[in-house]
Amino acid sequence: MKLTTLILGLCSASALAFSAHAESITIATVNNGDMVRMQKLTEDFTSKNPDIQLEWVTLEENVLRERVTTDIATKGGQYDVMTIGTYEVPIWAKQGWLLPLDNLGADYDAKDIIPAIAGGLSADGKLYAAPFYGESSFVMYRKDLIEKAGLKMPDAPTWDFIADAARKMTDRANDINGICLRGKAGWGENMAFLTAMSNSFGARWFDEKWQPQFDQPEWKKTLQFYVDLMKDAGPAGSSSNGFNENLALFQQGKCGMWIDATVAASFVSNPKDSTVADKVGYALAPDTGLGKRGNWLWAWSLGIPAGTQKAASAEKFVAWATGKGYLDLVASKEGWANVPPGTRTSLYENAEYQKAAPFAKMTLDSINSADPTKPTVKPVPYVGVQFVAIPEFQGLGTTVGQLFSAALAGQSSVDDALAAAQTASVREMTRAGYIK
Amino acid sequence: MARAVSTQTKVGWTIAAWVIALLIFFPILYTIITSFKSETEAIAGFKLIPSGTLESYAEVQSQSNYFKFFMNSVVISVGSTILALLIAIPAAWSMAFSPTKRTKDILMWMLSTKMMPAVAVLVPMYLIFRDWGLLDSRIGLTVMLMLINLPIVVWMLYTYFREIPGEILEASRMDGATLWGEIVYVLTPMAIPGIASTMLLNIILAWNEAFWTIRLSTTNAAPLTAFIASFSSPQGLFWAKLSAASTLAIAPILIMGWFSQKQLVRGLTFGAVK
Amino acid sequence: MATQQTRTLARFMMAPSVFLLLIWMIVPLAMTLWFSFQNYNLLNPANVSFAGLFNYQFFYTDPAFFQSIWNTLLIVVGVLLITVIGGTALALLLDQPMFGQGIVRILVISPFFVMPPVAALVWKNMIMHPGYGVFAGISKSLGFQPVDWFAQYPLFSIIIIVAWQWLPFATLILLTALQSLDGEQKEAAEMDGAGFVSRFIHLTIPHMSRAITVVILIQTIFLLGVYAEILVTTNGGPGYASTNLPFLIYRTALLGYDVGGASAGGIIAVILANIVAFFLMRAVGKNLDK
Repeated sequence: MKLTTLILGLCSASALAFSAHAESITIATVNNGDMVRMQKLTEDFTSKNPDIQLEWVTLEENVLRERVTTDIATKGGQYDVMTIGTYEVPIWAKQGWLLPLDNLGADYDAKDIIPAIAGGLSADGKLYAAPFYGESSFVMYRKDLIEKAGLKMPDAPTWDFIADAARKMTDRANDINGICLRGKAGWGENMAFLTAMSNSFGARWFDEKWQPQFDQPEWKKTLQFYVDLMKDAGPAGSSSNGFNENLALFQQGKCGMWIDATVAASFVSNPKDSTVADKVGYALAPDTGLGKRGNWLWAWSLGIPAGTQKAASAEKFVAWATGKGYLDLVASKEGWANVPPGTRTSLYENAEYQKAAPFAKMTLDSINSADPTKPTVKPVPYVGVQFVAIPEFQGLGTTVGQLFSAALAGQSSVDDALAAAQTASVREMTRAGYIK
Repeated sequence: MARAVSTQTKVGWTIAAWVIALLIFFPILYTIITSFKSETEAIAGFKLIPSGTLESYAEVQSQSNYFKFFMNSVVISVGSTILALLIAIPAAWSMAFSPTKRTKDILMWMLSTKMMPAVAVLVPMYLIFRDWGLLDSRIGLTVMLMLINLPIVVWMLYTYFREIPGEILEASRMDGATLWGEIVYVLTPMAIPGIASTMLLNIILAWNEAFWTIRLSTTNAAPLTAFIASFSSPQGLFWAKLSAASTLAIAPILIMGWFSQKQLVRGLTFGAVK
Repeated sequence: MATQQTRTLARFMMAPSVFLLLIWMIVPLAMTLWFSFQNYNLLNPANVSFAGLFNYQFFYTDPAFFQSIWNTLLIVVGVLLITVIGGTALALLLDQPMFGQGIVRILVISPFFVMPPVAALVWKNMIMHPGYGVFAGISKSLGFQPVDWFAQYPLFSIIIIVAWQWLPFATLILLTALQSLDGEQKEAAEMDGAGFVSRFIHLTIPHMSRAITVVILIQTIFLLGVYAEILVTTNGGPGYASTNLPFLIYRTALLGYDVGGASAGGIIAVILANIVAFFLMRAVGKNLDK
């Protein structure tokens, strides 16, 4: 049976490719589940707009970012709609590479977009990309294990509580690690987590004069805390684990807690894939009482490059994919649990969604508690919670990530890693002209 | 060579060779096995017997049109190979049969054109492709891969042609053959196996080229390397789906390799054998 | 005898490929050289200016620079050692009489058909992962602690993956060389009472020297540029333990979008590659003349 579906699918797919006489727009998108679902639901869009045909380019995150950045910076004109994140939008908008999205139609209701997310995607009060799904990060924990450890998870835990719980939940004999955290080097890997974590410890990447701050005690406290915690309660191989590796471990029941993207909640609570689906609880990312929590903010969003010839069609598509109607469409076809989360306030007021997604409230609270324009305890000259929205950050963040992963792997001390990170940052920032 | 071998020895060698061959093949075998697992099974640890589900294949196919990517791979890899052969055969021919003092230097220099790291020239090449309207065109990628592999093609052909004994040439010249006749009737038949194996190896290299083919294509020209990139590392479990996509991408070239194994073995020797 | 006419014809026949490769080499090289003297960040195109030698100085003073060169060479040497020695051993094994030789040979070639990023993903997640990989499964069932490959032996893990991809290539070339070894010669040596070891040293090795040279030359060119495997597995970490020169250029070019810096890195890589090629040619090049 499945084979016939497969063959039928092949035939219909090749037939579709030949329908002619429509303006075709090319959409670059990341291969995450919500985007793939959108790709499958495009019939709804093309039936409403028979004169527009959609061409998809689906790539993994790193390759996608390379492709669209190269293309938009060289004005290659390969794409009409690009999927980009909160990191790219402020930088690109400043260069004038994106069309401001003030033409999304009367019923688009841009005011409904969650303010924190809209703030991350705007420059000078104008929206430059429409959020498709948004995420923050929070604590996912095993209710059964924390009970066994004799503890009760508060809704808003502190880092000390998390560390204590992680050590108590660790049971090496049964292959249970108290906590799983990202460790693979990379600006979007371990540095996304560590930068967000450092915010709650009162650290910052740069001071107001763009002077790197890795020589400050706050960073030392952050990194030491992380390395010690992972040594006592983390899984083997943590220095090369990213989101997916930790997801696999958590779903196999090998992690007591996991602090990562809120979208992970829909994976770990899905009984089809997860062996612990009915035992997962959620809590806000931890803090240290300084007024900032260790959670990030990210939104995969659709932007339209300024050079496109097909702006009108592209705007129609963006309005469709990020509008309220799309949420209803997904809900009617695949159920409320599969609706792309984190973009619209109205979704979180929807009783059906709240019922289908037990993590809804915690997600919204997490998103609302992150502020990309004021991410840190002390003032900073940049925007971005788990990144610094400057062009140099990807390269620098990866370098620092490499150094910190060495500290995690035990190949260098925390002090050495911080000193090397400081040197590398000063070097890079001096070259880029931030430090005069 | 008729060495008398006892069956016992032969069985011994057979076991040893099979064990090692299976070890080397194991990662591929495990990929194929994983493609028939569900995502949950795929991360459940070491297990050789899959549940046999086809859901990964169905998912992969419903997500992207394999045949479009497949056809692009075929066109680009075969096209670039044929183009490279057309340009390389005369060059290798003249180097093999009218060598000068500089022939070896030219050969080395040709190989050295492959030393520039691709990442360093991405932006310049992207600008050239943009200005000539070659982005996302099969022609652009075909020419690109032809240029990348041309040095290797010249090398291989040169070493094959050198194996063709010079006496045969001289004999045919004595018989009054024209240069053209010499090429068509005497040398070409002898060179066919070498050309065939060069072609095969080069198709494999072009098929697997995963830097330029992804960076310079969008939709129309995207080959299987881009297909793979759309299943690699999304947010969420992906190993079964990636395994299915990889199996689909590897299968054609593996099958081709199996059928043409003899030529391939010869091709891969680079004429290292006299 | 080559007449004047055939010599002219020879030049004429060589012209297209030489011309194309000349352009193919000069255009990117010239553009890279040009960009390497510019301050040019792709994300800040308004700010292009002449940089002099600054990009080179900046790249050269990168804290990871010397280690990355060392790692580049280690990867080349490590993979060459494994593939040449392993390939010779495999070739000797495959040359023995056995049942199902054709299938065994196919199994051994097959890693060559796998795209590098896929090979790396498969190895990292399904084979080497200390939580749910095959190696971990085996060592746990034997009662050992699983090895955390990419933290403890990052560069070695990458060398293993790359060597796995290139082993078939070496094996096949060496196998065919071995098979062409004259049977009579072998028998004569056997009659003389030469043992396996002395036959191997005095007959087999010299016979295969040209094949080994070709393996080394071609592989080196490819191995100098390895980076996809690093990107997928360790991102150059922990520390700079698995950062090689191409990865460093990748970080500059496609993470920092620093076209000037990446171009300078590219030129440095070309110089390094030429130095390596020069020594290689001196070391093994004479084998080609035979």
